Amino acid sequence: MTGRRLLRVAVLVVTGVYLLLPLVAMLDFSTQAGGGRRSLEAWRDIGSSRDLLGAISVSLQLAVLTVLGTLVLLVPTVVWVHLRVPRMRRTVEFLCLLPLTIPAIVLVVGLAPIYAWVSYLLGNSPLTLTFAFVVLALPFAYRAIDAGLGAIDIVTLAEAARSLGSSWTGVLLRIVVPNIRGAIMSAAVITVALVLGEFTISSLLNYNTLQVVINLLGKRNAELSVAVSLAALVFAFVLLFVLAGVGSRRDRSRPSAIEKGIAG
Amino acid sequence: MTDVVTPTPTPASGPARAAAGGSGGRRLGRAVPYLGVVPFLGYVTLFLLWPTYIVVTGAFQDDAGAPTTRNVAAVLSGGEYVDAFVRSILLSVATALAGAVLGALLAWAVAEGRPDGLLHRVVIAAAGVLAQFGGVMLAFAFLATFGFNGVVTLFLADRLGVDLLAGGSWLYGLTGLVVVYTYFQIPLMLIVFLPAINGLRPQWQEASAGLGGTGRAYWRYVGGPILAPSFAGATLLLFANAFSAYATAAALVSQGSPIVPLQIRSALTSEVLLGQANVGKALALGMIIVIALVMTAYALLQRRTARWLR
Repeated sequence: MTGRRLLRVAVLVVTGVYLLLPLVAMLDFSTQAGGGRRSLEAWRDIGSSRDLLGAISVSLQLAVLTVLGTLVLLVPTVVWVHLRVPRMRRTVEFLCLLPLTIPAIVLVVGLAPIYAWVSYLLGNSPLTLTFAFVVLALPFAYRAIDAGLGAIDIVTLAEAARSLGSSWTGVLLRIVVPNIRGAIMSAAVITVALVLGEFTISSLLNYNTLQVVINLLGKRNAELSVAVSLAALVFAFVLLFVLAGVGSRRDRSRPSAIEKGIAG
Repeated sequence: MTDVVTPTPTPASGPARAAAGGSGGRRLGRAVPYLGVVPFLGYVTLFLLWPTYIVVTGAFQDDAGAPTTRNVAAVLSGGEYVDAFVRSILLSVATALAGAVLGALLAWAVAEGRPDGLLHRVVIAAAGVLAQFGGVMLAFAFLATFGFNGVVTLFLADRLGVDLLAGGSWLYGLTGLVVVYTYFQIPLMLIVFLPAINGLRPQWQEASAGLGGTGRAYWRYVGGPILAPSFAGATLLLFANAFSAYATAAALVSQGSPIVPLQIRSALTSEVLLGQANVGKALALGMIIVIALVMTAYALLQRRTARWLR
């Protein structure tokens, strides 16, 4: 049916152009040097701006800490709920999806007094933002891990391992985690993207993370801000693109992963 | 199997009960697995539930902590606060509808392709980035496009003599927010709605055609009604997303606070007027109520869609 195919191509092309236009404009804006000449000066400045490099470092550290915090908090809990206390499943799910109803702009109003106490106990480092970021990541990480656990028969696997003498820690680390590697990767990547793009809580609690510095720089040096924004967007795109490929490959090889898990 | 707590001791379970220390010990034994979720519950209580409690109770307290309804009254009667809520809601409704229609169309176009294909992967990754990651960076993207020195602004001025900013700098106000928000609502709609479209089995289309139905008849009697709850649910999600968005607006709008999140920003960062310390909490409470209503409606719709798209 060529009419339908034509419509489909038309929609894809028009939407593609509309969505790409600002991104192309960013590229153009950040490389202009007046008088129609092109220059990569703004891009080179990324490497020489101390504020920016410091903020990139802070945000990357926050990303790693948040991923670790989220996985350590969530994976054992969700596995435990699946295996031992299924009645808590609804509660845990509700709590994990609650941050969607209490958005960052509302959460930060209540976090301000708590963070006064946190910075009294742990100092003023921006890395304390990890606590808040883990909460923001909960909905996305929970969905990924819950989907991954739902795809394998964890009850049988755990029973088999336990009957062969494995401890609960062994079950978690040697049976469950290898089998939900794809879901864990997925949760980790979404969390990294979330932390690198986070602005609301960082700026209103007065910490200088990547997005906060990009925003501050924008007032003084628009080309630099646009250049680093485009770089960050491209970086996140590559990350998610790789993930989308890993995810589908994971599905096809799932049976062998389970066999590997049982064998040891 | 021996977990049942019986009120009277029976010989068979005697030794087990003695080992567990009596019926009190057995009840304790039943509670032990719940200890496994205590770390999670503790963390969520400390960093999610307690801040929410602070917001909800703080909305009804004055500077000294005594109960008062002055904050809520100020929000409900103060012209600028009510205006901000109205503008936030209108902005969210407009961009949710625009994003829903355009995003659904895009989802339909993408769903026709191979699920493992390159187009699919590119589109999903791009949609994920633009929908969730954007915030400040998308604001700068639009400044680079439609701002004072933006590419499109200069292009239109030089080549066509059209002054895009003739009516004032629209990009930095509510109109600009509508344009930019729609931009990231479309990819979000794509992500949320694509599974629903993928759930339409081709057999239904074939059955409809086999019974003599045209394409339009299929959409009107089969496809449409099945997708309607998903579409409505996705639109609600888009509304909640626009209503609670902050970063883009904060980066674009530096003067004035047309929408509620920016009102909260000025309540938190500017000089605190006497007696107004907790108005920000009252505003936040208002936001919670609006979003909670929307998410409840969304949850109810989700239960309905799950029937068809298993």
